[in-house]
Amino acid sequence: MVREIDPPSIQKDFLLAALAEGKRLDGRLPLEQRKIEFVFGEELGNVECRLGKTAVLAQVSASIVKPREDRPYEGFLLINSEIGPMASSVYENGRSSDSEILITRLLEKSIRRTEAIDREALCILAGEKVWQLRLTLHFLSDSGNLLDCASLASMMALKHFRKADVEVIGDEVIIHSPEERAPVPLAIHHTPLCLTFAYFENLQPILDPTHLESTLCSGTLTVTMNAQREICVLSKAGGTPLSVEEIMGVVRVGVDKVRDMVKIMDEALERDRENRVVEVR
Amino acid sequence: MASTLVLPGDSIPLPSSSKSVVLGPGLAASSSRIPAPSSDEVPSIISNKLGLLSSAKGKERSEQFWVEGKSKRYIPAQKDMVLGTVIARHAEGFRVDLGSSQMAQLDALAFEGATKRSKPNLKVGTLVYARVALANRDMEPEIECFDPNTGKAEGFGELKSGLVVSCSLQLCRHLLNPKFPLLPTLAATIPFEIAVGLNGRVWFKTETVSESIALKRVIEGIDSGDIKPEKGEVDSAVREYLA
Repeated sequence: MVREIDPPSIQKDFLLAALAEGKRLDGRLPLEQRKIEFVFGEELGNVECRLGKTAVLAQVSASIVKPREDRPYEGFLLINSEIGPMASSVYENGRSSDSEILITRLLEKSIRRTEAIDREALCILAGEKVWQLRLTLHFLSDSGNLLDCASLASMMALKHFRKADVEVIGDEVIIHSPEERAPVPLAIHHTPLCLTFAYFENLQPILDPTHLESTLCSGTLTVTMNAQREICVLSKAGGTPLSVEEIMGVVRVGVDKVRDMVKIMDEALERDRENRVVEVR
Repeated sequence: MASTLVLPGDSIPLPSSSKSVVLGPGLAASSSRIPAPSSDEVPSIISNKLGLLSSAKGKERSEQFWVEGKSKRYIPAQKDMVLGTVIARHAEGFRVDLGSSQMAQLDALAFEGATKRSKPNLKVGTLVYARVALANRDMEPEIECFDPNTGKAEGFGELKSGLVVSCSLQLCRHLLNPKFPLLPTLAATIPFEIAVGLNGRVWFKTETVSESIALKRVIEGIDSGDIKPEKGEVDSAVREYLA
């Protein structure tokens, strides 16, 4: 495994001196995010999200399976997020680094446990057939802050995806192909998005850290919020202790950012819808 | 002269016009290839890298050939000037990271005026500017912090404060070329001190933080192709970044 080499000590000195003046190494403001770009693929539910130079590809697919015995009305949402060496040479296939486990856990909490997708709406025939959604994430490039990029890509893919229209007559289930009947979007309750802040000793927090900033910081805080001003997940794994005011300040910043991010997502979806033929005429 | 794209393993035909041919990086004289048809006795030249075949006329009708490609991974070669980070120290010297596949060895005595009594005291995490003394693909590369011809430091050694930027190997070679317009254009607006490592790292030091950040963004912009290395574009980019 390629162990990541620490940057030379002059980088940390410069970074702290720059942050003390309120400047970041790529010219951003401390609470400014990098540019968000979405590239939609051919299939519905295939979208690549770019946050600056960090890129994550999300793909949603669906299949019909038998539900669990104790939950006959619920569908499944499986999230597969393994980071491979394509993202960076420090990752290896076979999930061992702490950052990988943290990202997977936070994505599970943000998307599954917050019930962003209505799993009961995935039910076709209670006790017999339900939809199983599989969300696969491919981490293409790690330039810092893979988690925020992954959560954006996931929610965008889920919003973009459409499942085949299913008709239930008695006990018979007819699955219509996309040519016969237009596919149906998923039932999404809300859009939880992750925001990661990096902290340095005695300095204000910065949003959306780059690779160098997250290597040299003394702690990170991830807040998952939705456009309805609700905190879905708050995760702080180690690092310098933070006071209540510091956390609430960051949450307040996050609320506005998430609203902007959801607006960017909706605009991108709108643009894609104009260019794509989904309805059957 | 149109450049041809060569792939690793392509054999290059030699022009018969030049008296002598100098092979630069990316080319090797191969003798272990499948022998060419019997009449051909000239050893064939094989390219190692992907890129454009470039040539230049040298003195006395000699011609230099090399392959120019875009790459970020450094492969140590002798006499290269590199920027390395000290990652470990032991009794005899230091282990330095150059960004290549193997760590390099820096002997504690490979400094100007170093004796067994007065060895340099470099901490882990120090940035050093050094020269590759020995580079073999089967062994760990060795670097030294003095010029072997003069025995003096000549700018090699520890670099204090400043900022390090990663860039492609091609840009580093361009920056060392005195005819490349970037550094003189930048020097007109920002006073700076710079050290270019051929392993894809550039170190510079300016008086203020914003000047360093502006330099970093300009170098990264030129590397990615957003800014063209012409005086006008560079000047407007610097003004925008300093504001």
